[in-house]
Amino acid sequence: MDADGKEQIPLLKRFTNTTFFRVLRYTLMRIITLFITVVIGIYLTILIANMGGYVDQIMKGEIKERITMSMAADPKSRNLSPEVRQKLIEERISLEEKRMGLDQPLFVRTVGYLSNALTLRLGRAINMTSDSGSKTVRLILLERLPATLLLMGTSELSLFFISVFLALSLSRRYGSFWDKAVIALSPTSAAPPWFYGIFFILIFAAILKILPFGGMVDVPPPSSSFDYAMSVLKHLILPASSLIISSLFLSIYNWRTFFLIYSSEDYVEMAKAKGLPQKDIERRYILRPTLPTIITNFALLLIGIWTGAIITETVFLWPGLGRTLYRAIGLFDIPVIVGSTIIYAYLLALTVFLLDFVYALVDPRVKVGS
Amino acid sequence: MNTIKTSFKQILQYPSAIVGIIVILILIGVAIYTMITIPYHEAIRKWRGGEEVWYQNPKYAPPSWYNLFSKKKQPISFALSSTNGQAEKVVNHPGGGVSTIDITYTFDYPYDDFPQELILYFTSTYESKQPFVSIQWITPDKRKIKVANFGVSHQLTYRFAQDEKLTRKFNGTNPIIGLFSDPNQSTPQPLKGTYQLVINGVAFEENSDLNAEFVLHGKLFGLAGTDNNRRDLVLPLLWGTPVALAFGLLASLGTLLLTMIFAAIGTWYGGWVDALIQRITEINLVLPFLSILIMVGTFYSRSIWVILGATILLSIFTGSIKSYRAIFLQVKESGYIEAARAYGASNTRIIFNYLIPRMIPLLIPGMVSSIPSFVFLEASLAILGLGDPVLPTWGKIINDADVDGALYKGYYYWVLEPAVLLMMTGLGFAMLGYALDRVFNPRLREL
Repeated sequence: MDADGKEQIPLLKRFTNTTFFRVLRYTLMRIITLFITVVIGIYLTILIANMGGYVDQIMKGEIKERITMSMAADPKSRNLSPEVRQKLIEERISLEEKRMGLDQPLFVRTVGYLSNALTLRLGRAINMTSDSGSKTVRLILLERLPATLLLMGTSELSLFFISVFLALSLSRRYGSFWDKAVIALSPTSAAPPWFYGIFFILIFAAILKILPFGGMVDVPPPSSSFDYAMSVLKHLILPASSLIISSLFLSIYNWRTFFLIYSSEDYVEMAKAKGLPQKDIERRYILRPTLPTIITNFALLLIGIWTGAIITETVFLWPGLGRTLYRAIGLFDIPVIVGSTIIYAYLLALTVFLLDFVYALVDPRVKVGS
Repeated sequence: MNTIKTSFKQILQYPSAIVGIIVILILIGVAIYTMITIPYHEAIRKWRGGEEVWYQNPKYAPPSWYNLFSKKKQPISFALSSTNGQAEKVVNHPGGGVSTIDITYTFDYPYDDFPQELILYFTSTYESKQPFVSIQWITPDKRKIKVANFGVSHQLTYRFAQDEKLTRKFNGTNPIIGLFSDPNQSTPQPLKGTYQLVINGVAFEENSDLNAEFVLHGKLFGLAGTDNNRRDLVLPLLWGTPVALAFGLLASLGTLLLTMIFAAIGTWYGGWVDALIQRITEINLVLPFLSILIMVGTFYSRSIWVILGATILLSIFTGSIKSYRAIFLQVKESGYIEAARAYGASNTRIIFNYLIPRMIPLLIPGMVSSIPSFVFLEASLAILGLGDPVLPTWGKIINDADVDGALYKGYYYWVLEPAVLLMMTGLGFAMLGYALDRVFNPRLREL
């Protein structure tokens, strides 16, 4: 700063003009908005999972029926007078309701669920237990996670890489037979994975009898770990291929069209005119500008793995997170439903947040916070 | 008008579009035919009915046209009733209030396998004294076999295979095999030809009458076969068509129109309205779509219309609202909007008369291509056991079959019939949508 104060800019203002501050302000704003989004989304899910108190009525009715039945079946209670028995039943009902938290008003409970969920204290399930007998939601979800990661990871990753590479090679010679075949086959992606799953079960399990109908491992499970892995692999083929095939052609078609748009840019023509090798053109002139989109898709795919495939897992009796979530809904187990949703919501928010910075890294045109 | 004509001509240049249109027209035709011939209440009554509606049908019977593809001809089920002239009924009055009632059922049996069951459903009217019947079986080679004789109450069901006396007559073998097998063969094989079942009845009262329906439960049935509850699958296959079309059309139309209206309002007003719509879209992204639909189905109502409403609500604020917004932002700056604003057109007029109509060409291909996903969504929910409890739908058939282990037990027709219809619907709309997309978005045509 000069002594004569010509360029006297207040310190604060100077600071606010720096890139660091701009990024910081943007980051904070982004975190706050994303957090509010997650909070509202989770609270809505909790409200829907309670159906505005309707689920309470179902649960209270179930408790009453269960306790009355168990008292009626208990030989010890037969000697009691009806008044004493009625009192005992009521006591047990209120105890059970207290255990499930039904004695508190709905609003208090939902806010409790929300704050627990946001701090990732997933708590205890109401009805469900993990295979090892624990009621902790974290354990219930963790126990199923490997199965889902295996199924979804295998299928989504192979789907992504197969379609991107095939699309790239198709975009090189569009109008060829294979290109036209992919275009013609792209409407097949209208059908969901379970639909192909049924056909696969029909062909490979029922008629050819070479692959199992469902499940994740033979019964009883093989003792040696190699046989175990082979058995899991055998069970994985059908569900994974139905997940892949159901979106393969549309995915190739979309990527192909996307690459074609970029490969008809003037600078690509220019590169071709310069006589650059095809490989360099692809890598530096087509893939480079499409990188942000590829990364976005890949990131969304990675968090999509977490949710599992509810229906495909149900059709193939695959013991993954999707089926657990479905069972949790059937058992009105709100902690499990909320637990699985909050993890997805956090992963999604985190991905969206990180993508902004990744864009700035890979795309020189993008500036964070500008 | 002219633009519609030229677009239509362009559409017809795509073979896939023609196939798609034909498939859709067939489906619409089937839907209209179904709604006229089988009224809604009749369909529901039958679909929800049990043994009393479907007693004529065997369980798990594949469709009759299986015989066209197999060398061994399987018996096809049928029912003959004496009340409507399918059987010969002769009534004589020898006097003294006594009458003889002879009912003769004549049928051809050209099959290579034995039927599952033979049943006679008797109904009789009398005051105190029951009519008496004796049943006789006449084979094609004119052997006469006495089946049974007994008194008939007001309603009586006689099952051949469960008659122990008859079983003893055939030395312990199933009476059905005994009645149909060729005596000259060492292994039981059905004798082909014309069989006769004769019921000789005697009624002892003036106004007494006797009727009987003869039901043969073969191994095949009808055009589509039957399920585990003896229900004829033709009914749900037919009724699934209007349900699937209505669900797909309403869901895609509702979603797209509402999405477009919100996108238009957001871009036109800008400011906090736009920001609010953007935030709602982001929140909706966090909500688990399928889980919420499952929750609505489990906790609240499995009615298809409630699910439809929830589907539309959850599908409005998705990624497509952002792409529409981007296009509206361009349209907003165009000259004719400027002109409309200059002459003082109201906001609603600009939004609904100028902004949204401009987007209709973009809307049509999107709408047609999104129909299959909604049709399959209904089936997906049904697979999870959340299908409409009342309506017969394609997804419901697949779910019933899945629960019953149809693929495991080998009842492939049960799964394949609704699956083929679902696939036809999906492909029909997807193919047409694809062609429409190219006609209305010429930029795609070069690629």
